[in-house]
Amino acid sequence: MFTPHTEEDKKVMLQKIGAADVRELLQQIPHDLLYPQLHLPEALTEQALTRHLKELAAKNKPLLNFIGAGCEEHFIPAAVNALSGRGEFLTAYTPYQAEASQGTLQTIYEFQSCICSLFDMDVCSASHYDGATAMAEAAAACLRVNSRTKILYSAGLHPHYKEVLKTYLKYVPGLKLEEVPLCNGTVDMAALQKKLTPEVSCFVVAGPNFLGQLEPLEDISASVHQAGALLVAVAKPLALPLLHTPGQYGADFAVAEGQPLGNAMSFGGPGLGIFTCKKELVRQVPGRIVGMAKDKNGKRSFVLTLQAREQHIRRERAASNICSNQALCALNAVIYMTLLGPEGLREVAELNLEKAHRLAELLQADGHKLKFDGYFFNEFVLELNVPAKQVIKKLAKKGISAGYDLGEVNKELKNCLLVCVTETKTEADLHAYVQAMRGF
Amino acid sequence: MHTAENSKYVKTHEWAYLEDGIVTVGISEYAQQEIGDIVFVDLPKIGTQVTAGKNCCVIESVKSASEIYAPVSGEVVEVNEAVNADPALVNRAAHGDGWLFKIKIANPAEYDSLMDLNTYKNTLDK
Repeated sequence: MFTPHTEEDKKVMLQKIGAADVRELLQQIPHDLLYPQLHLPEALTEQALTRHLKELAAKNKPLLNFIGAGCEEHFIPAAVNALSGRGEFLTAYTPYQAEASQGTLQTIYEFQSCICSLFDMDVCSASHYDGATAMAEAAAACLRVNSRTKILYSAGLHPHYKEVLKTYLKYVPGLKLEEVPLCNGTVDMAALQKKLTPEVSCFVVAGPNFLGQLEPLEDISASVHQAGALLVAVAKPLALPLLHTPGQYGADFAVAEGQPLGNAMSFGGPGLGIFTCKKELVRQVPGRIVGMAKDKNGKRSFVLTLQAREQHIRRERAASNICSNQALCALNAVIYMTLLGPEGLREVAELNLEKAHRLAELLQADGHKLKFDGYFFNEFVLELNVPAKQVIKKLAKKGISAGYDLGEVNKELKNCLLVCVTETKTEADLHAYVQAMRGF
Repeated sequence: MHTAENSKYVKTHEWAYLEDGIVTVGISEYAQQEIGDIVFVDLPKIGTQVTAGKNCCVIESVKSASEIYAPVSGEVVEVNEAVNADPALVNRAAHGDGWLFKIKIANPAEYDSLMDLNTYKNTLDK
């Protein structure tokens, strides 16, 4: 229960501080910033507000969605929200008296176990804000492990992830960040080899990458480790049942955006940061880890473990001072994974793979061109004769959200459209897309 | 061999024992009692240059993480691998087999300025 300060509390505190009132306490803040004129309309009644919001909602025109680019539309079974929406889960925020919340801790423990099994990794944290922050935390962890002074990252990382990486590491003294270019849509191996000098702490690579292409992660892993550096892999959880897992190709840290696992797109957030690593790196994991223990009666119990690396104990020497966990999103993910099970997840992965390839084939048969000839999972790049922006606009009028305009991140790719096809699309949807694309 | 009696001390509760230009470092019996059940020791890397009074190692117990400060300046030349495998060794034998690391001392005069056991014990009474 939230108990606000009473007027009496405030009076006592102000008296102690020596301020007459709150205004005097805050007098250092310029007045126009402190009490700005907000020019808000008159408050509405609940009835009037409900009607107003319904009118606004009616303006939305749901489009058949083919945009991925980091946030994907997947089917969410009704049981996911029915369970995670229960008051016991939904109203409890981060468990400050953690061990008193055995149910919450157990769901986090199960989440960690499911992810470890999906990624083939030893350790998984309780979760992070989103995939980008989990990746930046992994890169920072590499610096703590080997004290080297350069981080390499693939040009194929999501552009937002690159920004987050740069922001996180901007003020690390003496650290250099360097981009490894792509060649035909995947990491340029010759360039990577050349850049893997002894000062390189780690290489951060996404597979599949932002352009949907699968990367030669075995070869990349071998090269990186030969140079004595660490590998941070950004994986796509729903692709893992079909691909080699981070554990199989030997990633030291594997991170991911967990939104596709049972979480809605919700205009781009909240995300779910998945963070995993090899066992020997467990003390570098930022944030929480839930462990299984026994209580004094010998009964199974769950605890927050390895806390000595956390900020409430180590203060400024903590592994990270900017991490939380996304308990509710992680809960959705663990319910989703448990409902589907290993076979179900594999079937979803196969549907994504098949449908994306089916659309690519239909489009090619209709005279369209793919930008790259490499392997892909559920996203591919279409190269058009006109700017992608135009196509997106025209298809929107036909009720289709055509994809992501790659010109947004790279002018050279302005005629390129990043198309994502998930299990949510039917054969009829794919034909509707091809039909709408005629004439471009 | 180092014992509580023949070692020197700093006020941050590390002991130091000089032999042939090499200073062995550990934590005092008092410190191990205060820290409690030790579960992990993050030892410094061999080759690290350490400075007297600066932290160079972390001891984690079930309830806390404690910084360990170098009693003298120099280069870390050896760490106690036995402590990696069995961190509770520091609890059981703080002055013996539970030593932490060895420093090749840069300036031997620095060692002479450290406290003897009695002087250190007197600081604990205050």
